[in-house]
Amino acid sequence: MAGSQWELPPELCCRPMAFVALTGLDVVYNAVHRAIWDAFCANRRADRVPISFKVLPGDHEYPKCRTKRTSYEWYIPKGILKTGWMNKHLNLVPALVVLFYELDWDDPQWKEKQSECATKVEIVRTSLQGRNTKVAVVLIQKKTPLPPGEDLVASERAAALCNACDLSGKSLFVLPHTDHLVGYIIRLENAFYEHAQTYYYTEIRRVKSHKEFLNKTTHQLLFVRHQFKIAFFSELKQDTQNALKYYRTAYSLIHELRAHETNMLEIKTMAGFINYKICRLCFQHNTPLDAIAQFRKHIDLCKKKIGSAELAFEHAAWMSKQFQSFGELFDEAIKLGLTAIQTQNPGFYYQQAACYSQDRKQQAQQLCQAGASNPSSEPLETQSGGLDFYGQRPWRQGHQSIDPPDAEKEKNGILALQIKERDVPHSELIIALLSNAVAQFKKYKCPRMKSHLMVQMGEEYYHAKDYTKALKLLDYVMCDYRTERWWGLLTAILTTALRCAYLMASVKDYIIYCMELLGRASTLKEEQESRIEKNLLKVLANEVPDAEPDCDPSSVTAARSLWSDRMALAGSNELTVEVQDYIPFIQCKAKFQSPSFHVDQPIQLQVFLRADCPHLISFNKLAVSLSNQEYNQWCVVESSGEESMSLLPGKTKCFNFSFVAKTEDVGKKIEITGIEVMLGSDRGRCVFVSWRGAGGDAASTHEALMASRSSRRWGRSMEARQEPDWDSLTVQHSTMIISRVPKISVQLSHQPPALHNEMYCISLTVQSQEEGVAKDLKLTAGLKPGQDANLGQTTHVTLDGSKVCDDSAPALLPDIPLGDLKPGEKLERSVYVKCESCGPRVFLFHVAYSIDTTVEGRQIVCKCHKDETVTIETVIPFDVSVKFVSTKFESLDRVAVDIPFLLMTDILSSSPWPLQLVSSSLELLTVTSNTPQLQSQIQEVVLQTGECASECFCLRCPPQSNSNSTVATGQYLISWKRKSSSADSPLIQTTVTLPHIILESVPLYIHAELPSFGRVRESLSVRYHIENRTALVQEVEMAVEPSDAFMFSGLKQVRLRILPGSEQQMLYNYYPLMAGYQTLPQLNISLPRCPTTNTHSLRRFLPQRIFVKPQGRQLDDASIAAA
Amino acid sequence: MAVCIAVIAKENYPLYIRSVPTQNELKFHYTVHTSLDVVEEKISAVGKSLGDQRELYLGLLYPTEDYKVYGYVTNSKVKFVIVVDSSNTSLRDNEIRSMFRKLHNSFTDVMCNPFHNPGDTIQSKAFDGIVSGMMVQTG
Repeated sequence: MAGSQWELPPELCCRPMAFVALTGLDVVYNAVHRAIWDAFCANRRADRVPISFKVLPGDHEYPKCRTKRTSYEWYIPKGILKTGWMNKHLNLVPALVVLFYELDWDDPQWKEKQSECATKVEIVRTSLQGRNTKVAVVLIQKKTPLPPGEDLVASERAAALCNACDLSGKSLFVLPHTDHLVGYIIRLENAFYEHAQTYYYTEIRRVKSHKEFLNKTTHQLLFVRHQFKIAFFSELKQDTQNALKYYRTAYSLIHELRAHETNMLEIKTMAGFINYKICRLCFQHNTPLDAIAQFRKHIDLCKKKIGSAELAFEHAAWMSKQFQSFGELFDEAIKLGLTAIQTQNPGFYYQQAACYSQDRKQQAQQLCQAGASNPSSEPLETQSGGLDFYGQRPWRQGHQSIDPPDAEKEKNGILALQIKERDVPHSELIIALLSNAVAQFKKYKCPRMKSHLMVQMGEEYYHAKDYTKALKLLDYVMCDYRTERWWGLLTAILTTALRCAYLMASVKDYIIYCMELLGRASTLKEEQESRIEKNLLKVLANEVPDAEPDCDPSSVTAARSLWSDRMALAGSNELTVEVQDYIPFIQCKAKFQSPSFHVDQPIQLQVFLRADCPHLISFNKLAVSLSNQEYNQWCVVESSGEESMSLLPGKTKCFNFSFVAKTEDVGKKIEITGIEVMLGSDRGRCVFVSWRGAGGDAASTHEALMASRSSRRWGRSMEARQEPDWDSLTVQHSTMIISRVPKISVQLSHQPPALHNEMYCISLTVQSQEEGVAKDLKLTAGLKPGQDANLGQTTHVTLDGSKVCDDSAPALLPDIPLGDLKPGEKLERSVYVKCESCGPRVFLFHVAYSIDTTVEGRQIVCKCHKDETVTIETVIPFDVSVKFVSTKFESLDRVAVDIPFLLMTDILSSSPWPLQLVSSSLELLTVTSNTPQLQSQIQEVVLQTGECASECFCLRCPPQSNSNSTVATGQYLISWKRKSSSADSPLIQTTVTLPHIILESVPLYIHAELPSFGRVRESLSVRYHIENRTALVQEVEMAVEPSDAFMFSGLKQVRLRILPGSEQQMLYNYYPLMAGYQTLPQLNISLPRCPTTNTHSLRRFLPQRIFVKPQGRQLDDASIAAA
Repeated sequence: MAVCIAVIAKENYPLYIRSVPTQNELKFHYTVHTSLDVVEEKISAVGKSLGDQRELYLGLLYPTEDYKVYGYVTNSKVKFVIVVDSSNTSLRDNEIRSMFRKLHNSFTDVMCNPFHNPGDTIQSKAFDGIVSGMMVQTG
């Protein structure tokens, strides 16, 4: 991978951890050792101390330590940081070497083993000559140790072993190989960690101690180096706060270095490394703003440090890498829990990295032209195969003066680098970065930024000649720009896409992009559009189009041959382009002339076409497809012969179609489902430009909206009468077929309101005004559906008016055949309606018929119908009120058993029409008539509005087994009809339920027998009948009070007994003294045995007054003669 | 001084966009278009918290390596975007604000023109003049 030169070294990017070497372990053949090693390696989670362990053989050679420098006086550093240094301290020079040795305290061969161990320690010490690396010994024992101090042998032998090996007591450990291995190991490694910390601490001190020997003129590089080393050791020591501090110092020192063309790369490389470390630590310390600030500072400081102009691409590559690695750090921090925001997320850094990569590519293209052949890669090769110091030139390593040592070598070196750069797959790098950025922006809700980057990716694929991928990407984002109406950007993308389509000879894509670039959304110049239109015409004629400008010449040649192949290929010359979602150069709108047509009218359809291209465009066919495909044949226009139809730029062309609808389609909708325009011809290539629905494209909705708001609409209509304003043309995509207008009249005559329960007559007159015979007339009459459900139950419709219909008659009579109707003929029918509840009702009279007509020479049978509705109110014809009164016409609240009383009925007419009461009758329950025959008193009475008819019946309630209860009395039936109705019209019977009565029984009944009037000074005999209604003998006291108006004879006061069921009669002769209404002498009656019944309650049966006539003259002949 | 000034309709299509002619015009179109992401986000964030008590000036939308992009949204959701060269550090926030105010006033004048159709691109000499006055003078 050629980009690897700019990759950060892995030892820089990893987290530094203390390095501890384990020796004396045979992990391959010894199971115990294997288990120990596994316990060290396995499960190294965050809670374990950060140490990297390595198993090394006992006699491992560690890197040699150079002899200590006693003076820096004559020392000139050759570079900032050696390439091997970080790796050396991470992986090669241990902070601690641990020797594992199997030895129990009671080993029989203790002496021998002790000296063997001492030898092994000595070997390790020797190979670490000059290093501060610590050595420790771990004894692997089979027995569990006793608690400290109890095993005397152990402590004695331990001291001896320490002595023999020259170890401090702290560096000798015991590892019993028993159950709790992991626990022991964790304790061991914590001890190791402490030793390692001490080691790194001394290393830091050692490096710091060099400082006093340095001087500022010659040792500037060392200042940076030492600070870096201290910082790195601090990191190994896990002291990140100090590490950050030292890295920061190192960073500021590096910018104090004298920078010139020869060391620029080294300075930038190291600055990049240190910056990386700082940012990484800042993110680790959860101070992302510090990281961002540091990065910004870094970029600002280094942006202008381009270095050698001939290698400017290197700077761009380096910059790109800076942004990329910061982006990666940022992204990593986010994965660990940092939250980023829309305006500050890793995407921006990836994007900028991509941007620098693009610069790099551009500069590489400019700078790497020369030297087609590779003279030699020799200048880039070094003896060791790598560099000694980071960021130096291979051909002059260690050189630190301003001028290059050898001008010729320098030139060759630069040339070699340029040649190498030529082979870098720039596009790949750019695309990778862009797709990283896209992923980020997608996450942080930046759809437009994402689209923009995808466009860049597409363009990069185009440059990389991967046209398929380029088109895929561009096609994907194009629609975003189209819906957002950024025409400038859309045109730019389309132009690139067109080039791709051309270079891969993709005919369909090529045509689509051409069509859109010629359309009204294109911002191309006129001459460009002309060129594209010419190319489009060539493709339609099956010729090879001209190359797009700014294409790579070699690709153009390849594309030409591709096109010729395509052209030669027979077949597949027809293609359909769905343009609904594009903005093609032909606009289309279609409309039905009206939202509905009668079936006997021809349906008119208009299609408007308009071309936006710079030159005339011709087409050969226009076809409209409708939802009912049978009509499609009428909506096609094809060019005849040589002549083709054409569209002038900017002019609207209108095509009219008309056809006759089928009678089956009445009530149905006809929709435009698609419109097709055929460009080209069979000889070349046929392209069907197809719109879904009634035309319109991706932009037309907005345009229609604008047009509707436009103030120019009114102004423009004045000047351009003949041509319709395109924007204000509205689409009418469907039309309704409705039935033919009926030419008959339906008239209703009736006398509202309807009376409750009557057979209400509505007469219907149908008159034909048709020119032909109206056949098959059918009437549907009755309650209009869709009203209150109760109305359906209480409304009955019938044609038979001769009798009152019953409940089985329906509310709506459907399809009553009425026969045919000749022109001008009249037909009458009566419909009877019985309404059983009051209130308004809507009645429907629907007359349907069929008739033959001709439309545009075609014979069709049309079904017509005429609806009439009428609202009819139903009212009560009369009110009936009923009351019970006594024989004295006093109203009764309770009725005495077996005593006659009266029933009074009043019939009050509320009908606006005169009513004829035919008869009335009573249907009695419980009570019986007091008269032998009940005769209606209102027969043939006619009531006008507001008039009242009354009747009176005398009734009696026979004795009941259970007295004093409420009983039903029966019904009152009235037969009536309208006065105006004909003689044979049925009678309507209205039934009134009579009220219930409360019964009471009386112990004594008394009634008087007296003439209807008296005469002054003429005797008047009154007989009182007193009946005992009880089963007991009743003692009655009677007295007659004196009165001024009468003299009387008879018993004034009497006491008598009446046997059960029998009666006594009392006879009085009254002698009236005054004329007029006179109060009769009052009879006082008391029943000592029955105290509840008193005079007052008995007196109600007796007459109170009597009319007394004055004394008449004697009728004799003389008086007659005198008169 | 600005290098690009744009007026964007409520529906996010450009009503007016002008940039210094020396540089790649397309790039500015993209810059303005992508800045709408931030504008939309800011508008929706404000809409939730404060209702109509909204500051029209949105401030710095996002910095790129080369340009600073500032935004402003009128009450009718028409957006103004001003792009300034990053190297131009002399420009203060206040000056940007006053540029936007001037732009808004001029835009209001354009809208008051009875012959202007709201939603159409702006073709007004007066507006052009105001914009020119705010653009970097080249040549």
